[in-house]
Amino acid sequence: MKIEEQDGRAKREDVCPSQKGKLDLNSVRARIDQATAHDEAEKTGPEYWRSLEEFARSDDFQEALHREFPKGASEWLDSVSRRGFLKVMGASLGLAGMTGCVKLPLEPIVPYVRQPEEVIPGRPMFYATAMTLGGYANPLLVESHLGRPTKIEGNDQHPASLGGTDIFAQASLLGLYDPDRSQSVISMGDLRSWQGFLTAIRGPLSAQKALQGAGIRILTPTISSPTLADQLRNFLKIYPQGKWHVYEPVNRDNVLEGAKLAFGQPVETRYDFSKADVIVSLDADFLYAGFPGNVKYIRDFAKRRNPDGNMNRLYVIESAPTSTGAKADHRLPVKAAAVDAFGRFLGSGVGVFGQNAQPDMVGESGDFYAHLAKDLMTHQGSSAVIVGDHQPASVHALAHLLNTKLGNVGKTVFYTDPIDANPVNQTESIKDLVADMRGGKVDLLIILGGNPVYDAPSDLNFADAMTSSKVPLRVHYGLYQNETAELCQWHVNATHELESWGDARAYDGTASIIQPLIAPLYNGKSAIEFVALLSGQTEVNGYDIVRAFWQKQHRGADFEQFWRKSLHDGWIEGTTYQPKTVTAKAQGIPIPSAADSNAIELNIRRDPTIYDGQFSNNGWLQELPKPMNKLTWDNAVLMGPKMADRLGVKTIDVVELELYGKKVTGPVWVQVGHPDNSVTVSLGYGRKRAGRVGTGQGFDAYPLRTSANPWIATGVQIRKTGDKYVLASTQGYQWMDTPDGNHRPLAREGTLEEYRKDPNFAKEQGEDPAPGLTLYKPYPYKEEDYAWGMAIDLNSCVGCNNCMLACQSENNIAVVGKEQCAIGRHMHWIRIDTYYHYPDEAARDRDNPKAYFQPVPCQQCENAPCEVVCPVGATVHSSEGLNDMTYNRCVGTRYCSNNCPYKVRRFNFFLFQDWETPQYKMMRNPDVSVRSRGVMEKCTYCVQRINERRIDAEREDRKINDAAHPNELQTACQQSCPAEAIIFGNINDPNSKVSKLKSQARNYSLLGELNTRPRTTYLAEVRNPNPELER
Amino acid sequence: MSEQYKSAIDADRAPVIEPGYTFGTVTEKISAIVLTRPASNGWFLGFGIAFMLTMMMLYAIGYLFLKGIGIWGTTIPIGWGFPIVNFVWWIGIGHAGTLISAILLLLRQSWRNSINRFAEAMTLFAVAAAGIFPAIHVGRPWLAYWLFPYPSTMGVWPQFRSPLMWDVFAVSTYATISALFWFVGLIPDLATLRDRTDNRALKIVYGMLSLGWRGSARHWHRYETMYLLLAGLATPLVLSVHTVVSFDFAIGIVPGWHTTIFPPYFVAGAIYSGFAMVLMLAIPIRKIYGLEDFITERHLQNSAKVMLATGLIVAYGYGIEAFMGWYSGDRYDAFTLWNRLHGPYSPCYFALLTCNIFVPQVLWIRKLRTSPVALFFISFVILVGMWLERFIIVVVSLSRDFLTSSWGMYYPTRWDWMTYIGTIGMFLAAMFLFLRLLPAISIFEMRTLLPEAEVKE
Repeated sequence: MKIEEQDGRAKREDVCPSQKGKLDLNSVRARIDQATAHDEAEKTGPEYWRSLEEFARSDDFQEALHREFPKGASEWLDSVSRRGFLKVMGASLGLAGMTGCVKLPLEPIVPYVRQPEEVIPGRPMFYATAMTLGGYANPLLVESHLGRPTKIEGNDQHPASLGGTDIFAQASLLGLYDPDRSQSVISMGDLRSWQGFLTAIRGPLSAQKALQGAGIRILTPTISSPTLADQLRNFLKIYPQGKWHVYEPVNRDNVLEGAKLAFGQPVETRYDFSKADVIVSLDADFLYAGFPGNVKYIRDFAKRRNPDGNMNRLYVIESAPTSTGAKADHRLPVKAAAVDAFGRFLGSGVGVFGQNAQPDMVGESGDFYAHLAKDLMTHQGSSAVIVGDHQPASVHALAHLLNTKLGNVGKTVFYTDPIDANPVNQTESIKDLVADMRGGKVDLLIILGGNPVYDAPSDLNFADAMTSSKVPLRVHYGLYQNETAELCQWHVNATHELESWGDARAYDGTASIIQPLIAPLYNGKSAIEFVALLSGQTEVNGYDIVRAFWQKQHRGADFEQFWRKSLHDGWIEGTTYQPKTVTAKAQGIPIPSAADSNAIELNIRRDPTIYDGQFSNNGWLQELPKPMNKLTWDNAVLMGPKMADRLGVKTIDVVELELYGKKVTGPVWVQVGHPDNSVTVSLGYGRKRAGRVGTGQGFDAYPLRTSANPWIATGVQIRKTGDKYVLASTQGYQWMDTPDGNHRPLAREGTLEEYRKDPNFAKEQGEDPAPGLTLYKPYPYKEEDYAWGMAIDLNSCVGCNNCMLACQSENNIAVVGKEQCAIGRHMHWIRIDTYYHYPDEAARDRDNPKAYFQPVPCQQCENAPCEVVCPVGATVHSSEGLNDMTYNRCVGTRYCSNNCPYKVRRFNFFLFQDWETPQYKMMRNPDVSVRSRGVMEKCTYCVQRINERRIDAEREDRKINDAAHPNELQTACQQSCPAEAIIFGNINDPNSKVSKLKSQARNYSLLGELNTRPRTTYLAEVRNPNPELER
Repeated sequence: MSEQYKSAIDADRAPVIEPGYTFGTVTEKISAIVLTRPASNGWFLGFGIAFMLTMMMLYAIGYLFLKGIGIWGTTIPIGWGFPIVNFVWWIGIGHAGTLISAILLLLRQSWRNSINRFAEAMTLFAVAAAGIFPAIHVGRPWLAYWLFPYPSTMGVWPQFRSPLMWDVFAVSTYATISALFWFVGLIPDLATLRDRTDNRALKIVYGMLSLGWRGSARHWHRYETMYLLLAGLATPLVLSVHTVVSFDFAIGIVPGWHTTIFPPYFVAGAIYSGFAMVLMLAIPIRKIYGLEDFITERHLQNSAKVMLATGLIVAYGYGIEAFMGWYSGDRYDAFTLWNRLHGPYSPCYFALLTCNIFVPQVLWIRKLRTSPVALFFISFVILVGMWLERFIIVVVSLSRDFLTSSWGMYYPTRWDWMTYIGTIGMFLAAMFLFLRLLPAISIFEMRTLLPEAEVKE
């Protein structure tokens, strides 16, 4: 028996008010005597108990243990209401905390006698840190209110962010506070302590020591952390026969193999799109979250979209519609397997294989290719060819050859050492691991994050290899008790990156220090601490380990200064990888075996919002509409209209996909612009143990994913099942052309040629009435200090969805769930409308529409139609031109929403906000009201930020002035926008950024003809098509 | 004038009361329904069903207060669904009572005397049914009183530019005047009941309600003056209430709402549906309680003619709306027209045209105008049509407005239906009670129609 445990608990009992009667000491003693005899006979290891009640096996405790939730909670009878269920869950969590008393901190809580330096209640602090995705660091600046992280921004001083973020970074805040995260060490379904785990693992580890670790396997996701990699290597020094395997479902094996093919060594490819005049994307979705470096790439790309400057040109050859394709000047939908041939033709066109290789591509694609090759030839040294991670190694190798031949290397394309600390072929790595497991060579498997039971290639049958008694001891370390944790004897709860010390490298190699914003909510251990403990260190502290590692790296005496600066800036100077000189060789690039062109191709992709499934339980991401079809909460089988016609299916029809004998059923989404004879499914759905939010959403596509064909497979069989499935799309109608055949100029567009001829082309597509045409006396806004306005550059916007999540986080916007989304009750204050439009009949034939993104926040109309109709004056105009919402005054007639032509108002049809879950209370922005049931809400131009900055400026006796103080005042959407497409500011100041944008010829008002006089205006999109291709 | 033509006119001028009645028999016949005839099983059955529907409505509203208006099908962009459709429908139905009581009184249309009492009662109950919806349809119904201009300690007033605000005034004024008018008209008859009943308790109740009416010449003089004044007050309301209700839409900028034709066309539509409801109630009542002698063919014919006339005004309204959709050249208005004809709700629009325009044209045929069965069904069709009209204005217009990205669909939920059908139940339950507790036909006004009442000079 562990007496120290008892001491610890005894203390807790002192503060516990819910003691259910006193235990009879004699009965406990009797039980001890009896139990000791009994346990020694039955059990081998020590037994732990949490309280005397448990030890005495009291009925109360047994019930509490097995019921999980307090009495009454499970008597909830409303079987229909998912929301109600979630609420009760949240409430019982809170109740559990109250009755259990184990969560009460023992530290004395006293108010500050002397206020800590720099901490001013009500004033947030910002700390630089980073989060990783696929190993790549995303540099962040996190807003903290009195020790609670509340908002994530990009680190504007970091070269890989420059202030922008991506959706996964924004949503990681919700991940931190997710009440479903694993909250303790678990063994075989029982709660255990850290100490218990260490004791349990000590034996097997020392046994392995004798074998030099021959039975130890560590499986990690991609790791770029220098400290963690160093630790793992040290661990392998202690256990030299042990192996470190790496596997992540969204891996970069193809990139790695492509580099090996071309250069004979693994290198990382980095692009500088600010210098690229012509960009060719071979199925690369490089302007969307999840692509390494996308934040920087979007910035560079958007900067070059200025039609008054030197505008770049983007060609996209893609196998499934993506937001990158939507931004293309020329987009060619082809099957994924055809991209290789395309790259090869392009290669011969620019002379990679010598001049004699003639292209034999004919028809429209041939035309496209010929002009593209010509365009590339005229932009040698100022072009870039980029390939999607899912394309086979040969295409990557071809791109390297192309870039080399075109002289782009060193100018727009750079090669560096890989970011991945252990650049191995991950598919091979997990294959080896499975082979070892099946061969009985593995005695101790440590899964350091990840979820291989769910996401390993289906032909390996990882779960079966791991269980079936083949691996005696399996340890899972992770944020969630997921599918893998379920099959491991031990699960150790990890800390979130916002709770732990660590480091990681960004796409360019720059190392960032990950510093915690909050003490671990559930006493988890960081990966670094976990590995340190496994390596036999006893007293570990993440901070000390990371600091010690960098102290070793740092040369020079001024370490303290270096360390403080690195922490403050969020990155370590001098760690950016320098470009390497490598030589590409054209020989030995395998030609993939020609696929049967009649067979249906299956594209498997990472999901645009929940990635590979690791974000399944994140409500923000689940409810974030996918950029091209605005689907929420589900994945779907995407196929083009022609294919759907042939199969006789429509959107929401359920089909069965069969590949290599594995069957998967999922609903169809007819996606315009999808290449014919090919379907696309996304990963990450169909989770069985994701948590309350993610479990059971969508269908699991992993069974179709094999180690041989992880991304592209041919020969999939599709059968209609006859079932229907509700899909929740937030934008059911995606055309600017109304069904009566008319066109509405909503997102306006012209070509560069048209723009040069007539810069006012966008304004001419609508007619704005002259100012002053109103019954009411116009307010003299010009006489005010400030007149807030916003300009959104449709040319820069790449539809990355980042603004939506930034807004959700900043403004405490509720998640409503699939059922509510399906009937149009999503709550996003800013949405991105995706429109399609066929420029001509030929495009309709090819099913190649143009796509447009248009972010729509509240337009803050000067003649706001919503204001006059509100019967209680809950929405009124401020003197600075803001259309203010007074939540407390709103009775909820919804008349304002009816009368809003932009439909940006959102209504709390139910009590959408979770008022009970304690974690969410910590997460919310304290400067923004949490709305209750029955009130209208909408974009405020982040009025809380305006007021804060106004007070700051007044204290300095000046005006808010973004010309003199750049980025002084930014809305949440603006701040996080990697493309700088959203600009907000004072339109009474002619020098402000927003005034300058609004004075451009491209500026137009959406629905300006209604005389709403919106303060949010748009800069029309200008595309730069190749004049020779544009007929 | 040919004999044939003259006889046709005579036929149309059927008597408003069949010959052979005296003051005594009229009083006897009408008051018997309240005082002596036992309630039939049919009454209990009808009232029972109506009462249960009322309870269903209360359940639906209780659940609504508990959960929020999300239980309905309303969403973004269709922020108003069934509640507002039903509100406008009921308010429209409520128009017939005032029209019959006030305007026809001023126009000295004595035939109105047989139907004004229950038409007024119907108005009152319809306005009560209508009044439920604006109060419960708001997101926070416990704060709905903020729409009233009460002197708040914070000095906050409603926003007087909002048509919803005007609605509050229009509907509450209308409800007040209708109730007053109805009650004033009841006083002499309540006194009659007081005098005729043997039941002590009823005597006291009717006695208190009749405010000491003794039927003296001075009473009659004051009564007539007040009744005329109230009629004068109520007359503009017939036009104003639905005009103001139509402003809820006409002031909005939604295509399909923003038209100047709405006020007259809403008023005509209201009278249209009001008369349809009067007929739907009068036809069974006269049959069951044997009142064919008092509510004669003449009444049916006249009501049918009013329906035909207002129906044509409504048809004109539809025509002008469609014409302006095309003629304005406005892309949004044009699309609204297209959407009504071809959009997902086009069956509703065609049903509307059938119910409100095509079917009522049979009323040109005199035979059908005088057939109670045919009129009953035509009235039903018109009531359905008028409900569809409001559905199309409210829901279909909102479902596809300016930004194609924000188009949506509206599907009513069972709670929508339960509330709607529940208000019909409440309305009918009130009508059943009214029939048993108060004289459904004005006794003293009927007596003025008798030859005996003619003053010989």
